Amino acid sequence: MRILVCIKQVPGTTQVDIDEKTGVLKRDGVESKINPYDLYAIETALRLKAHWPEATTLALTMGPPQAEQSLREALMMGIDEVALISDRAFAGSDVLATAYTLSQAIQAIGDTGIIICGQQTTDGDTAQVGPEIAEFLNIPHATNISAIPECQTRAVTVQVDLPTTEETIRLPLPCLLSVNKGIHTPRLPSFKRKKETREVAVRRMTLADFPDTDPDHYGLNGSPTNVVRIFPPEHHVTRETWEGSAGELAGRLCTYLRDSKFLV
Amino acid sequence: MAELIVHQEKIQDLAHIADLCPFGAIEVNANRVSISPACRMCKLCIKKGPPGAFELVDSRRVSIDKSAWRGVAVYIDQTEGEIHPVSLELVGKACELAGKIGQPVYAVVAGHRLAALTEELRHYGIDTITVYDHPQLEHFRIEPYTAVLEDFINRCKPSTVLVGGTAIGRSLAPRVAARFRTGLTADCTFLDMQPNTDLDQIRPAFGGNIMAHIRTPRHRPQFATVRYKIFSAPQRRAEPDGDVIAVTPSDAMLASSIETLSSHRKEPVKNIEDADVLVVAGQGIQRRENLDLLQQLADRLGGMVGGTRPVIEAGWLEPRRQIGLSGRTVKPKLIITCGVSGSIQFVAGMSGAEKIIAINIDPDASIFKIAHTAMIGDVCEIIPELLDTLAKGDKTHV
Repeated sequence: MRILVCIKQVPGTTQVDIDEKTGVLKRDGVESKINPYDLYAIETALRLKAHWPEATTLALTMGPPQAEQSLREALMMGIDEVALISDRAFAGSDVLATAYTLSQAIQAIGDTGIIICGQQTTDGDTAQVGPEIAEFLNIPHATNISAIPECQTRAVTVQVDLPTTEETIRLPLPCLLSVNKGIHTPRLPSFKRKKETREVAVRRMTLADFPDTDPDHYGLNGSPTNVVRIFPPEHHVTRETWEGSAGELAGRLCTYLRDSKFLV
Repeated sequence: MAELIVHQEKIQDLAHIADLCPFGAIEVNANRVSISPACRMCKLCIKKGPPGAFELVDSRRVSIDKSAWRGVAVYIDQTEGEIHPVSLELVGKACELAGKIGQPVYAVVAGHRLAALTEELRHYGIDTITVYDHPQLEHFRIEPYTAVLEDFINRCKPSTVLVGGTAIGRSLAPRVAARFRTGLTADCTFLDMQPNTDLDQIRPAFGGNIMAHIRTPRHRPQFATVRYKIFSAPQRRAEPDGDVIAVTPSDAMLASSIETLSSHRKEPVKNIEDADVLVVAGQGIQRRENLDLLQQLADRLGGMVGGTRPVIEAGWLEPRRQIGLSGRTVKPKLIITCGVSGSIQFVAGMSGAEKIIAINIDPDASIFKIAHTAMIGDVCEIIPELLDTLAKGDKTHV
């Protein structure tokens, strides 16, 4: 059985600017890293493996060839196998096409018991890909998972942390779990593992490896949503600017808070 | 399939051609320009590159019959018969959007013992409320709730489905959208309606300071999720109106492989969304101890302390206090940001505040672009002075 983790490589910073004259995105020298929320997913996979000694862990990502770097990092944390989905046919994928691509890769890999996703990514996607993968695979899913108190042979018991309630639910395998930040503290990549995994090959997957090879189901054509345009956010004009010593500024603020009846 | 074709002969300046692509997908090898899998089809190379050098070849444009899909539907998020306020905000927006094209507004709700909730919903101008009330729907489980929403969509054929970006909404909306093989735009900050029923959706994108305007031109229904407090709550009408349709869910719809073992209500915690005044800690506060000063200020204002993502990730504040797109969206009467630079992710979560006072030492900080009052100075000096001044004020009043 495989415990599969979906990870994503994201920009190291969210400071991306747009050139107001040309409308071109400026991403000079932006470094990439594993989406921080995915580190919790990796840690969860490594801990779950202890319950199923025969299981192997696999980290899966979809992205440019450079995303291999993130997979190497996953290996250094203790993941057994890694796979990279990379093909121009997937360019321009929205949430639906991304989820479909991942679900096809997961079917091609096979023998999946549990799929673990991070809570969300830091570069804009908002926790939507996981549930869509589960739908395409026709398996149950749960999100907002704060703990996995019990594992049976063919089921997991998870704690779901909702804003007003806390629920304990049991899902049969295979299933997909989105884990919250903080479920376990992610371990650091180890140098020992780096040496050990140097020879581990990254499994490369393209459209040709999938059960469904119709290019119209992927990338821009497989994406129901279209980006009409991108633009810099509008800003309000600054109404007033206060400058001066800390004492002067504090005095003005105090006066404002008192006059506007904000003090209790 | 859609493909980008490079017309090599139309490119004169090979030195700068790679700079066109924000994702580094344009590669030059042996004087030939090619596109790597890093391409995101943002099409900026077509727009900004040499005329005719990049071309999008698109073989497929199948469209559906849009007239078969009518109206704007809102999924009503409820827990134990209590409507999540984001659902009412979406009802207000749905009335506005449907009004522009003269189409109906629908609401759909699933749960158990929903009579009072349904009656309350009739005060918000919804044309038809579809109710799935069943003991087995008491707790949210993904399979039955997905089946219920699927059933509703097949009955009503709404052109647009709006779902609150709550814990439940963010699990349910993508699952149903995938079932219909249709588009979902998450965390929209602006919605408008085209005469042809295409929904204009705007949201921050690419993780940066960029907004994307998104449409779902060839699929129905179009799904959008919106966070709490992005839109305003509508006025409650004195007289109830609108039809109620009660649907008994079939056994097949209620089938689930998930078992709810226990469910209990958590201790009610005051959330930052409910505070009238917020004092926000950014990286500029430098030390964890300075949070105590911000807390003292918040106490004086009857408010709460919130934080930016770096402050939360440093473990200085609990995650529920994070303001921004990946945290909470807030709309207080007053927000005082302390040493916050103002990333788009943060601003998207607080720009609806009635009064924004920003304190930052950097006169070029982007937070000042949205602040009503920009205070240029060191927050670590200003706040202690302010607390002092406030304390003195107390003495003079006594």
